Amino acid sequence: MSGAGRKTLLFGIMALLLVLVGVLQSWSLALAILNLCLISAIMALGVNIQWGYAGLFNVGVMGFAALGGLACVLLSTPPVAAAWAAGGGRIMIAAAIVLVTIVVTVMLFRRLPRGPADAAAALVILAGYFAARAFFDPAVDAIESVNPAKTGYLGGLGLPIILSWFVGGALAAGAAWIVGKISLGLRADYLAIATLGISEIIVAILKNEDWLTRGVKNVTGLPRPVPHEVDLQQTAWFQELAQSLAIETVDLSSILVKLCYAGLFTAVLLAVWWLSETALRSPWGRMMRAVRDNETAAEAMGKDVKSRHLQVFVLGSAVIGMAGAMLTTLDGQFTPASYQPLRFTFLIWVMVIVGGSGNNAGAVLGGFLIWFFWIEAEPIGLWLMDALTAGLAEDSALRLHLLESAAHMRLITMGLILLLVLRFSPRGLIPEEKR
Amino acid sequence: MPDFVNAGVLIANFLVLPGLTYGCQLALGALGVTLVYGILRYSNFAHGETMSFGAMVSILAMWLLQAWGVSLGPLPTVLLALPFGMLATIVFCLLTDRWVYRHYRRHKAPTVTLLIASVGVMFLMNGIIRFIIGPGDRSISDGARFIFNAREFRRATGLAEGLALKTSQVITVLTAVATVAALFWFLNRTRTGKSMRAYSDNEDLALLSGINPERVVMITWILTAVLATIAGTLYGLDKSYKPFTYLQLLLPIFAAAIVGGLGNPLGAIAGGFVIAFSEIGITFAYRKFLAYLLPESWEPEGLVQLLSTDYKFAVSFVILVLVLLTRPTGIFRGKTL
Repeated sequence: MSGAGRKTLLFGIMALLLVLVGVLQSWSLALAILNLCLISAIMALGVNIQWGYAGLFNVGVMGFAALGGLACVLLSTPPVAAAWAAGGGRIMIAAAIVLVTIVVTVMLFRRLPRGPADAAAALVILAGYFAARAFFDPAVDAIESVNPAKTGYLGGLGLPIILSWFVGGALAAGAAWIVGKISLGLRADYLAIATLGISEIIVAILKNEDWLTRGVKNVTGLPRPVPHEVDLQQTAWFQELAQSLAIETVDLSSILVKLCYAGLFTAVLLAVWWLSETALRSPWGRMMRAVRDNETAAEAMGKDVKSRHLQVFVLGSAVIGMAGAMLTTLDGQFTPASYQPLRFTFLIWVMVIVGGSGNNAGAVLGGFLIWFFWIEAEPIGLWLMDALTAGLAEDSALRLHLLESAAHMRLITMGLILLLVLRFSPRGLIPEEKR
Repeated sequence: MPDFVNAGVLIANFLVLPGLTYGCQLALGALGVTLVYGILRYSNFAHGETMSFGAMVSILAMWLLQAWGVSLGPLPTVLLALPFGMLATIVFCLLTDRWVYRHYRRHKAPTVTLLIASVGVMFLMNGIIRFIIGPGDRSISDGARFIFNAREFRRATGLAEGLALKTSQVITVLTAVATVAALFWFLNRTRTGKSMRAYSDNEDLALLSGINPERVVMITWILTAVLATIAGTLYGLDKSYKPFTYLQLLLPIFAAAIVGGLGNPLGAIAGGFVIAFSEIGITFAYRKFLAYLLPESWEPEGLVQLLSTDYKFAVSFVILVLVLLTRPTGIFRGKTL
């Protein structure tokens, strides 16, 4: 089948699946799946920019997505004035000390020969560390004791939450720049392990720095870019609309709010897709492919492989960070403990590989399809287990254990799908186009 | 007056003993990673799950043994169940090699493809493990918990500071020493072991001298499975068995293998101890230690903890980064770039 026909068919099937859920289960659920499909697709696009365009293996997706979530908190929550008064100034001083320490260390390495520079840098770092701690520790205690049940953190800037999507992208890009600077240019495995590490660290920081994120106490009730269901239900025009459509106001409000989100996410998805497709077709994209396919040849042609890699790594991570911020916006809360590598890193990888790496349409399709099955694997697994064990007695231990464990089927399914696609169709459902 | 004895006992109890135990567990894990890297030339992301799988089968066998009334007296029953865990893990590793990795090896696929395949295996194993034993937390140490506990130590020596020696700590160290000795004897003294080292060193030359690559790969998986089962079970014995912790162990294990030099078994052991002792040393609260040594008026107010224990990942990461920046091949020159 031709490329375009295949694409239309596969996206058609995907749409059909979502409609089926709408008809068989509920439209509200179908839209909830759709919204997460859209976000997953954007994350998959980000990974595809790194892996498909440049062959960089990033296993830190979780960390970059979590930074996006952090941006939502830092930007959109109202500032806690009492906490700022209690310790804000000292936190700023500590941050300034850290900054000065870093600058001085870098200067030392630039100015002095290797041996003395090592010794001097060690001294400077130690001094900086203890100086910063002296301001930081009491400040944290002060901030966290300001109404700990409700706030206990510095709060944000109180800006519209949509802005945090861009700030989230910027934060992730910054983290990616640091990781990339260190590990790009070394063997491919090192980038994988370094990104794995940085993502664990980022999540650990978000979980434990209560003064910044409330940690595992979670930040709930983030502002929303769309109206609340309850407000909708009380307006006159909405009640009339519900009456004329003959749908319960509660159901309609939930559907309408989800549609609003879907509209916003679709706009972002299309923009990112268009941008990365344009980039791929441009001379820049050709250069990236040349670097990916043969680094030595590209280097011989005068391309700076390392800085190209850094560039594409930062860009892809920014897209992931943005998607992470969108996810937190959709949830309406920031829960650091919910960031799990299987869900946030490896699932995205399954999406990219299954969809077709190096191909934006493939990544988007993979994002939709895999998210859909990730959600629906549980009911399907439960149904399957029920059917398989129908012959056993109602209270047989094996049957109960199998039914109880059906939820873990999704991990097995994802592993199998990844292995099968990698083995039998390594170019994915929609293979990369020959240009 | 500074109290050196009590300070020393404190450090031995909270830093040296746990560090030694954890270091042994990491070293055994890193040995598995480094063997796969040396022969098959990719970083095996499924290694944490392999450890978990081996531990799980050992636990299942242990339950069976316990149901039969078998026990080792003061020693944990799970030791008796280890061979079953090893056998099942060997079968599992050989099957994944046959069904997953062999294909890519034959087609000389880029190593990143093998790495992604190992992510798939990781997913699969993680699901299977949770499916069989469930995601819950299980304590698996039975028998005597302590060889001597803090109270007995205090009574015997008359010191203020107590020292407890856990059975699991002694078992971990002894088992690790025996395993590593056997492994090195195998690699350095037997014909098969030498052929493995030759293959790892120079694949083409090894093939020319008539070494059967598939046999080398098979032996590698068997060794890896045995090491992983021991490491996984020892970790479970020392802490407790919980499927998802093994995914988190992946980072310190990789860090240990890289710090020592990927592909170098000696390096993996050294790396394991470097990571373990820095992790525990940096997250240790030195307040009481300093209180013993310093005059009373100097006694510190805070915990004197460099990093909170929640940031132990950061320690392995920072060490990893430092090594990558200054000596990318690791302390003991592993495979070059």
